[in-house]
Amino acid sequence: MGDTAKLMRSSNDSIIQIIEMHKWYGQFHVLKNINLTVKRKERIVVCGPSGSGKSTMIRCINRLEEHQQGQIIVDGIELTDDLKNIDAIRREVGMVFQHFNLFPHLTVLENCTLGPIWVRQTPKREAEEIAMSYLARVKIPEQARKFPGQLSGGQQQRVAIARSLCMNPKIMLFDEPTSALDPEMIKEVLDVMIELAGTGMTMLVVTHEMGFAKTVADRVIFMDGGEIIEQNEPHAFFGNPQNDRTKLFLSQILAH
Amino acid sequence: MDDTAAATQKYPPGKHPSLPPPGLSTGPLLWIKENLFGSVTNAVLTVLAAWLLWVTIPPLLQWAFLDAAFTGESRKDCQAQSPGACWAFIQNRFELFVYGFYPVTERWRPNLAAVLLVVALLPVLWDNVPQRAKLLIFTCAYPFVAGWLLIGGLGLKPVTTDQFGGFLLTLVIGVTGISFSLPLGVLLALGRQSKMPVLRTLSIAFIEFIRGVPLITLLFVASAMLSYFLPPGTDFNLLVRVLIMVTLFASGYMAEVVRGGLQAIPKGQYEAAQSMGIGYWKMMRLVVLPQALKISIPGIVNTFISLYKDTTLVIIIGLLDPLGIGKASLADAKWQGLSTEVYIFVAVFFFISCFGMSRYALYLERKLDTGYRR
Ligand SMILES: Nc1ncnc2c1ncn2[C@@H]1O[C@H](COP(=O)(O)OP(=O)(O)OP(=O)(O)O)[C@@H](O)[C@H]1O
Ligand SMILES: [Mg+2]
Repeated sequence: MGDTAKLMRSSNDSIIQIIEMHKWYGQFHVLKNINLTVKRKERIVVCGPSGSGKSTMIRCINRLEEHQQGQIIVDGIELTDDLKNIDAIRREVGMVFQHFNLFPHLTVLENCTLGPIWVRQTPKREAEEIAMSYLARVKIPEQARKFPGQLSGGQQQRVAIARSLCMNPKIMLFDEPTSALDPEMIKEVLDVMIELAGTGMTMLVVTHEMGFAKTVADRVIFMDGGEIIEQNEPHAFFGNPQNDRTKLFLSQILAH
Repeated sequence: MDDTAAATQKYPPGKHPSLPPPGLSTGPLLWIKENLFGSVTNAVLTVLAAWLLWVTIPPLLQWAFLDAAFTGESRKDCQAQSPGACWAFIQNRFELFVYGFYPVTERWRPNLAAVLLVVALLPVLWDNVPQRAKLLIFTCAYPFVAGWLLIGGLGLKPVTTDQFGGFLLTLVIGVTGISFSLPLGVLLALGRQSKMPVLRTLSIAFIEFIRGVPLITLLFVASAMLSYFLPPGTDFNLLVRVLIMVTLFASGYMAEVVRGGLQAIPKGQYEAAQSMGIGYWKMMRLVVLPQALKISIPGIVNTFISLYKDTTLVIIIGLLDPLGIGKASLADAKWQGLSTEVYIFVAVFFFISCFGMSRYALYLERKLDTGYRR
């Protein structure tokens, strides 16, 4: 096992490797034999019907969920019960949630500096400067002193993205970042994500925004019933799906 | 009239200006009419309430102030002056009510401790106090400073704790219980939620035991039974035992109050914190507890207040809290039969303290409100 881990580290262009990974919730086999390698700077969109295990899979990558079998190696570190490893990986992996999960008792700026100050030991002044630059990048520097409860959904999600970026992560995970938003706010969040993709960030995005997948993704992954059914680059994935379940899913989702 | 007319006026689509809300009634008479006599039930209740106030308040004021005697050396003196309350009694025993039997020459020490208590509380209660960081260090040192002042030693004349009494005793027990039961309660609540079975079981057992036993029982245990368990010859101060019991008792309740707050924190808050790689204690301190404690403020203050009032139970094991002092004073032949005065006096003291706590809690809740409702 140690040898494999070392080997993985040497193959420098892959940053996430999931090898024959299984997960159960009690008796329920939720993820079945997941194999996935993500290259540095790769942008992957994960789609699939509700309950297919998309969230569970990406949450395994930063150990918000525990897998029971197989291996997950992130940036050369294998995820085990070792808390040190887990925290080391979490520092490098940012996550954006469907419901933003901003800290309501802290201002926008404090939300963004909490991680850098307390996890990375960045001096407060410096952390604030970095935070302001990211807030400017997501186009809400003027909201820095407000509380999350005073912002619109789209603004909150952009703060959440900025908060993750302030930790200077190597990988960003997005779990349906626009599903809780009204249509007119979806675009402002997607624009920020497209801009982020342009900077070469490694991104794993669970989303039903197929327009985003077509323009941004290097690869689209389709999951159903806890398995990766099909994966391909977007043009082929949407133009020429192979599996019947993929075809059905695409016909349903594109019918809207 | 003008406003309603304006609001119904037609504007071309997209051109409607923002208007002030339709005339809210102003003026005291209109207010009274709408709020006190708005409906038949309302009017009946208003009249009833006014009548009740009319029958109770004037006689009370008459007794407590107009007909009261404020000076005198015995109950007879009072009765000679007037038919109302005999506050001369309280006046006469005032120092006893405040200090108990604390030596007269040393009373500057509890006084100083009280002043320092205010200083120690300032940075805890308000966050825009100048030099807050330095004051907080003093706050942490305060228990030792106060303990030294009150008990003596190290250059001060020793005072035994059985000389403590009155409001001094109330404050010692109340402040100690309040300041230690909150952190202990938080730890117990976290323990109860822990994934470690031993820790969880111990926390649950402790909390359930405390909640299942009356405080009086614990106080009896503190006063009598503990000496059986302790190795013979150990002299374990009774007041310290009481402090420990009161603190433990309140912390059991506190733990449940805090647990309620913890349960109201959405899982997403933990996940957002965890996904940054922050450790458990930092997550709790920076993200979870600030929110959980804020939600729990009403329950926490409730526990504080009941702890504070429960300090009067120590009378049962022979400590002279204000009620104990009152009871002892009433035994004096010169002052017999004045229990109303004593209990009203003690009640007013407790009411002021508890009302203060409750108002502060309201202020705190308003201050911590960041407008997040989800
Ligand atoms: N904590 C849990 N305990 C038990 N079962 C769970 C738990 N979380 C999720 N599941 C189940 O696991 C399956 C996969 O859930 P998951 O949230 O990963 O789906 P998803 O693909 O993200 O769906 P959606 O598009 O609705 O978000 C579902 O059937 C769900 O009911
Ligand atoms: Mg999901």
